[in-house]
Amino acid sequence: MNEKEKNYFAAIRREKLFKNIVMVILCLMSLFPFMLLVINATRSSDQIKRGISLIPGSSLATNWKNLQDKSKALDITMLKSMVNSLIVTVPATLLCVYFSTLTAYGIHVYNFKLKRFAWAFIMAILMVPTQISAIGFYQYMFKLRLTDTYWPLIIPAIAAPNTVFFMKQYMESVLSLSLVEAARIDGASEFRTFNTIVLPLMKPAIATQAIFVFVANWNNLFMPTLILNLPKLKTLPMFVQTLGSDQFRTDYGIVYVGLAAAILPIFVAYFFLSKFIVSGVTLGGVKE
Amino acid sequence: MKKNKGKLERNKYGYIFIAPFFLVYLLFQLYPLILTFYYSVNEYYFRNNKLKDGGYIGLQNFKKVLGIGSDGGILDSNFVLYLKNTGIIWLGNFIPQLIFSLLVAAWLTNNKAKLKAGGIYKILVYLPNIITAASIATLFRAMFSKLGPMTTLLRNMHIISEDFDFMSSAAGSRGLISFILFWMWYGNTSLLLISGMLGINESLYEAADIDGANGRQKFFRITLPLLRPILVYVLITSAIGGLQMYDIPALFNNTGNSYVGGPDDKTTTMTMYIMRLFSTSRDYGRAAAVSVLLFIITIIISIIFLFTVGNTGNADEVKKKKKGGAK
Repeated sequence: MNEKEKNYFAAIRREKLFKNIVMVILCLMSLFPFMLLVINATRSSDQIKRGISLIPGSSLATNWKNLQDKSKALDITMLKSMVNSLIVTVPATLLCVYFSTLTAYGIHVYNFKLKRFAWAFIMAILMVPTQISAIGFYQYMFKLRLTDTYWPLIIPAIAAPNTVFFMKQYMESVLSLSLVEAARIDGASEFRTFNTIVLPLMKPAIATQAIFVFVANWNNLFMPTLILNLPKLKTLPMFVQTLGSDQFRTDYGIVYVGLAAAILPIFVAYFFLSKFIVSGVTLGGVKE
Repeated sequence: MKKNKGKLERNKYGYIFIAPFFLVYLLFQLYPLILTFYYSVNEYYFRNNKLKDGGYIGLQNFKKVLGIGSDGGILDSNFVLYLKNTGIIWLGNFIPQLIFSLLVAAWLTNNKAKLKAGGIYKILVYLPNIITAASIATLFRAMFSKLGPMTTLLRNMHIISEDFDFMSSAAGSRGLISFILFWMWYGNTSLLLISGMLGINESLYEAADIDGANGRQKFFRITLPLLRPILVYVLITSAIGGLQMYDIPALFNNTGNSYVGGPDDKTTTMTMYIMRLFSTSRDYGRAAAVSVLLFIITIIISIIFLFTVGNTGNADEVKKKKKGGAK
């Protein structure tokens, strides 16, 4: 190896070292708030006020018990709010991925008069935010007597333009029309073909989208706040909102233990599904 | 003949398959949108638990929220301030977000100095995006409150002065909210840019190498121009998302149910304003007027971005070049 090559490799090593250091700092920045959260959940309010510590305390059980005691007056507990969130999120996710796949399939496979219009329409509404129609939505739900029920948070999931878009993109790459044709020749009805042949083929896309739809619904705060008034119906993000309000802020131990309980399930699930999720992010949105 | 007829009927299934989507969309999104427009030109509010439905009042609601000939109440004339708040907070998040995601994406796609832990880095920079925004805002509030652990730490390190309080400083509060948004979203943008950069043909870089281009030249002359479609996509989605920003500012300023972004209304965003008009003052007409204004601004911004930065003709050209280069 001559001098020039040596210099070249040394420069690359230095470059790598610098980049690695910056990346590690960024990664620590991602993790640090959560570390602090978990540690503070185990410390008493007084200890927390004294400052940062990397050593866990021994007040985890007390904090949790205090949280339960204080929640009693609210007509809602942390766990109940999690169950509520599941009641909304699971059906919304299932409806969303099923009907989005169905819609994408309808446009992809069949030739009908309004096909192009339907697709253009879906593309046009891709970016219209739901918050904008919130006031009309509330009034409408109120008149139908559906406020303080979960229906207004579940049913609209059937019409999710971005999920349809994703499903159609994926379908174009995996679904061959000859396969559909073969199923028809075997005498399968159109719905049967979709449910038994197409859905299994779409499994990878459905799984990825299900994760993202689940997370989006699970984290949603705006719509539930609008629709739900009764405390016992509150979803998890709404409970977190109560947690941050003045009645809890006197005891930091409670706030941290509640937040830790709210965040940790997603945190853990993320690391199990991270490969899926990280590759899914880029499949969904970008269209050149 | 018979076969043809069968085919025709089969294609009708297309309508059946897309019907649920369109039915639900029309009923649960389009109709409410039209209703919102309707309420925005009507006098419609609750006072003392009684509904006042005064019928059509023209642009009165709009005038009030924009402060034209208003009675100077707390609810009036603040739209411009909230638009400004939203804009400042969004910019404070978007500029660093773009810089950091370009950096991260360029580093993680560089083949010459390949980082072994690239996969782990991707997972960790994306992590904050998946966590409930409501929880994150509450967590940051607890950490950066007057006696919070981070405030104390920064004081002890003399980064901020002894009596500095994030919550009572407009710049401090806005800066923190921008930081949270940046922290939550730069990972997402990095992943989008990475996939864009991986789509750029390697031979372009090889040709540049032969011509003796350095790293910076390659980044500015090849990577950036070819990334343009994705950058426009990121810009538009971020701007539209930014206009709707709600969870983080609302919970960061969690003071009961008043939807006032402290200090002095300096971090109240437009969707918080809608929520305030809706739930605190129960003036649906004005809340609808703000929604309509937000809708118009959203459309204007999308169009401006598409035509100035997007320049679709150019993007197509880039795409063609890319395809040409592939073979």
